[in-house]
Amino acid sequence: MEISGSRMVVEALKREGIDTVFGYPGGAIMNVYDELYKQDDIKHVLTRHEQAAIHAAEGFAKVTGEVGVAIVTSGPGFTNAVTGLADAYMDSVPIVVISGQVPMALIGTDAFQEIDAVGISRACTKHNYLVTDAKDLPRVIKEAFYIARSGRPGPVHVDIPKDVSAQITEFVYPDKAEIPTYNPAFKGDLEKIKNAVEAIKSSKRPLLYVGGGVVQSNSGNLVREFAEKTGIPAVETLMARGVMGSTNPLLISMVGMHGSYAANIAMSEADLLISFGPRFDDRVTGKLSEFAKEAKIIHVDIDPSSVDKLVASHYPIIGDLHSVLTDMLPLITEIEPEQFEDWRDAIEKNDKLHPLGYDKGEAIKPQEVIEKIGEVFGDRANISTDVGQHQMWAAQFYPFSRPRQFNTSGGLGTMGFGFPGAMGVKAGDRDRVAVNVTGDGSILMNIQELMTAVEYELPVVNVILNNNYLGMVRQWQTLFYDDRISETDLTVQPDFVKLVESFGGVGYRVETMEELEKALLDAEKRNVVALIDVKVDRRENVMPMVPAGGSLYNMMLR
Amino acid sequence: MREDRHIISVIVQNESSVLARISGLFAGRGYNIESLTVAPVPNDSGLSRLTIETYGSCKTVTQIEKQLNKLIPVLKVVEKDDFVEKEMALVKVPIEESLSDVDALARAYNGKIVNVGDGSIICMVADEPTRVAYFIKAIQKYNPIEIIRSGVVALER
Ligand SMILES: Cc1ncc(C[n+]2csc(CCOP(=O)(O)OP(=O)(O)O)c2C)c(N)n1
Ligand SMILES: [Mg+2]
Repeated sequence: MEISGSRMVVEALKREGIDTVFGYPGGAIMNVYDELYKQDDIKHVLTRHEQAAIHAAEGFAKVTGEVGVAIVTSGPGFTNAVTGLADAYMDSVPIVVISGQVPMALIGTDAFQEIDAVGISRACTKHNYLVTDAKDLPRVIKEAFYIARSGRPGPVHVDIPKDVSAQITEFVYPDKAEIPTYNPAFKGDLEKIKNAVEAIKSSKRPLLYVGGGVVQSNSGNLVREFAEKTGIPAVETLMARGVMGSTNPLLISMVGMHGSYAANIAMSEADLLISFGPRFDDRVTGKLSEFAKEAKIIHVDIDPSSVDKLVASHYPIIGDLHSVLTDMLPLITEIEPEQFEDWRDAIEKNDKLHPLGYDKGEAIKPQEVIEKIGEVFGDRANISTDVGQHQMWAAQFYPFSRPRQFNTSGGLGTMGFGFPGAMGVKAGDRDRVAVNVTGDGSILMNIQELMTAVEYELPVVNVILNNNYLGMVRQWQTLFYDDRISETDLTVQPDFVKLVESFGGVGYRVETMEELEKALLDAEKRNVVALIDVKVDRRENVMPMVPAGGSLYNMMLR
Repeated sequence: MREDRHIISVIVQNESSVLARISGLFAGRGYNIESLTVAPVPNDSGLSRLTIETYGSCKTVTQIEKQLNKLIPVLKVVEKDDFVEKEMALVKVPIEESLSDVDALARAYNGKIVNVGDGSIICMVADEPTRVAYFIKAIQKYNPIEIIRSGVVALER
């Protein structure tokens, strides 16, 4: 079959099982848009900004575990997409981003809307391609999907010059990507797994350090089984929220800068850290020289460059976590949950001493807003967030019950991620309520997506924890800069209710907890794009807090 | 942290962007490439070999090695200290200098005079990188006009 390069793109997407793409057209990508027009299998969601298209593809990928796809034009279309690529790169999100490029003959001439896209994306993608001949397109797209989803997942960018998408040539879509230089690790070394199990047997204070890799590899059930079988308590990173389930007695809480007291102390007192797919981020470890000083470290990760990068491990195991856990579980014999009872009791005592909590007051506390959303929606909702205090409160206080329930920008910390991310989540999981917990600062960074959400019936419920501040920065100013509030006061604000209504959504202004509950239920029932503006105590701080660079066990508590 | 000299040998798929990927990986982390040589692997369709000379602590270099391995077009990364290393240098000296002295010096470093022009002669040497450095010191006496080093090529023993 001889077809155009642009038709190949669409055919290839179909064969990859893609039914939804997010994007924004422009000159250099028009051939592809013309092909999208001629078919009905793939639905295109026109976001109102390219950054949002990428975040939506990320949200889709995170909630479904499949590859998300976004399409943008050359020049500014592509540069607008860069933040999204970087976000996906930092959080290992499998997406494929296709961009148009000026025709081959114009590349390098400073042509209209020309930018060296692969030069820019090289630093923030797992891999990228500039396609110079349409006969390479089928192979390139096949490889792009394979690379995005295999090994440690990540974004792949494919840049297609306009004359290449117009070029007509033979189309044969390969069954399989064959890249001789790319062999992602799969099975872990059995000897090493056995040694790790021996270390677990002889440990006294073992701790499961559960990271985002567990979600990526769909190993949540195996990790829960591991914990149950051994009675070993667990802490979760931000990216792993939901893995253990909030009602699990073995889950201590989140660990790290805003982790719970008991979780951070457990990390510091453990004699064995069983690390399943975390990356020892500085927001988790605090001061490295003081990190888990008492512990031997087992580190299971699919990415060899993650192991021993920051913290030297005693039992490194490189492999797919799901496969490693499948090999590991049957080896776990002679471990009785009773043997760690004292350790669990000590942790429990710490948790009672300084539980995650807050003081109620006159004004609505942001934490109680999260608790209320949890009470009203619980397992029924997928929670996305923006970046700031509200993000940390969502991570601390939402009763997560399963992996992939929590969708947040962890590595890059991208304000503006939440709303388009939640649109992608909704597109990928229609049966659940898509909530975006956001801030009065963050929501304005992709507010134009109200239009997309209304047009495509992606009823995201945005809950603004409105503190009239860039709260997280304000918190640092208060704590570390003598409360000099430099450019973080957001007293001047839009009327959020009118704003959302002008786009055709529904707005709620909420001043009491009863009103909040009503608004949440109403938004769910009416199935509308909603913006709930909740005035919260503006001076509340996220606690506990490990000051940046400090030791994990030295927390400010209130 | 101690900064030691390391030689990293990288076998890659020979495609247009691969050098940019590799140099970008160094540049983005602020690591300097001291020297770099690239050429196709003979008789092996589609592969190239890069030899990179760099300075850094062992930990840094191990991390670089892993990052290099992560690049999709990279087939193999070898970082060892028992390479056989060779480097070439070309030196242009004024014709007024003693031809026989320059020739004798070059010969001591596995080289010779390779070109005699109107105003200058060019000699080459090929030797271990440390010895090439000695040669370059020694040749200073003859007022060299221009000196070019090729960068290191290395093969595992
Ligand atoms: C794109 C971007 N710019 C700047 C920052 C730095 N930053 C981190 S949190 C924050 C404040 C966010 O304010 P808001 O959305 O109101 O959330 P709050 O902390 O008040 O809950 C800022 C400016 C960022 N993370 N992302
Ligand atoms: Mg705010």
